Amino acid sequence: MSNSHEREVDELSGTETTGHVWDGIKELNTPLPRWWLWTFYGTIIWAIGYVIAYPAIPLISGATSGVLGYSSRGALDDKLELAKEAQAVFVDQIASMSVDDIVANDELARFARAGGASVFKVYCTQCHGSGAQGGNGYPNLNDDEWIWGGSVDQIYTTIAHGARYDADPDTHINEMPVFGDDYLSPEEIESVSKYVASLSGVEGGAATEEGKTLFEDNCVACHGEGGAGEPDLGAPALNNAIWLYGGTLADIEAQVTRPRHGEMPAWSLKLDDATVKELAVYVHSLGGGQ
Amino acid sequence: MCLSAQRHLCSWFKSLLVVAIGGIVEIAPLFYLQNTIEKVEGMRPYTPLELEGRNIYVREGCYVCHSQMIRPFRDEVERYGHYSLAAESMYDHPFQWGSKRTGPDLARVGDRYSNEWHVQHLTDPRSVVPESVMPAYGFLANAKLEYDNIAAHLATNTIVGVPYTQDEIDNAIEDLKAQADPEADTDGLFARYGENVKVADFDGNPNELTEMDALVAYLQMLGTLVDFSTYEAEANYR
Repeated sequence: MSNSHEREVDELSGTETTGHVWDGIKELNTPLPRWWLWTFYGTIIWAIGYVIAYPAIPLISGATSGVLGYSSRGALDDKLELAKEAQAVFVDQIASMSVDDIVANDELARFARAGGASVFKVYCTQCHGSGAQGGNGYPNLNDDEWIWGGSVDQIYTTIAHGARYDADPDTHINEMPVFGDDYLSPEEIESVSKYVASLSGVEGGAATEEGKTLFEDNCVACHGEGGAGEPDLGAPALNNAIWLYGGTLADIEAQVTRPRHGEMPAWSLKLDDATVKELAVYVHSLGGGQ
Repeated sequence: MCLSAQRHLCSWFKSLLVVAIGGIVEIAPLFYLQNTIEKVEGMRPYTPLELEGRNIYVREGCYVCHSQMIRPFRDEVERYGHYSLAAESMYDHPFQWGSKRTGPDLARVGDRYSNEWHVQHLTDPRSVVPESVMPAYGFLANAKLEYDNIAAHLATNTIVGVPYTQDEIDNAIEDLKAQADPEADTDGLFARYGENVKVADFDGNPNELTEMDALVAYLQMLGTLVDFSTYEAEANYR
């Protein structure tokens, strides 16, 4: 690209000039630092070795696979395999034991709680909250009220099969009747809701005889005497301050009139058995486990 | 080689030549190599309702904060599930891989939460995830779904290679309505798109077909199509 073939040497620095002149100012042609140049050549040589060692050049039906046989997907599988082997000493035992036995074994229970805590963050926090505190429509897992039972074995069953999850034939199923449709008149709903509210001292509650009779005729079969709850049927206790769909009188009336029904995935369909057990042990350890 | 008057133009051409060769070597093989897209079972073109949901996903810019690309690393696979395959975005025009995760990856969000959760989360993200910074999209539940032109969307996708059949294009509106209505006759929908189509009143409002229906239908499908029980991982090592 140069215009001049005879390069002038700058007297002061002893360096060649490029021959470019702007307003009488000449440009020195300082050579690249040697260390930089040799590093540059080094990267070229490295690249040649890299192309030979690793998958690189696309050909007609595929790319060269490289003499090392590396693939990013293969490397991942190796890594997962290694991780699995490292945990096998605990995970194999967890897989073969009942959740009750795991809880009774200090070392395994500690491992299961740690594993369960990390799986919980991935799969459970979106509904149950990052502190397992729940929210409207999603049960709090720290307290001691359990819709489907709070023993570690019952928790395991609930996680494994979910609730109202069609894809799993063993899923927990119950359905509260839509009392607002045919069963009760609006006045009766108001009356029985006030009675339910009175069981835990909700503002506006009133334990009338009518409400009590309606409650005994319609609610006790599932929710138990005095609204104590019945985990075998998935019927929550109504005599405490823990409410899934809100705890005002209006919330209670809404639930009696047209009940909401939550759905929980059956995690045994997505996670392996040992992982489900770890989750159960973790949730059981949160504070309300029975 | 270059005359001085044309020097700038000439070096510009040389740079272009170098970049073009680099581009051709890196990009062109992806179009002719048979192994770019893995052979999988279960992938199908999106149903009309899912396609509407996908259009809303693109319109709202979900891809700005959510990727749909699970990379083959242990931390990603353990959090999000099996790494994404090229085959899983073969009917995406344009693909939604994304390049930024302000929110989590959504490549396998399908089947992970209930429809009700999605509606609640889109309406008020912080009601279920208190630490979330996602904007609320509750207006989708009040926005009537404009689906009159859905057949044209299917037809347009065929131009870029999505194998919609004439039957699917002709029945697009009917299939769209059927998927959002559990009471509807879904035989035709299943016959055209397979048994793994999820039929539900996605937004929980049986009176109206809304944009929320379409978006949730799309989200619930994401990452669930490929049958990994028949997928040969080692044959597809790359």
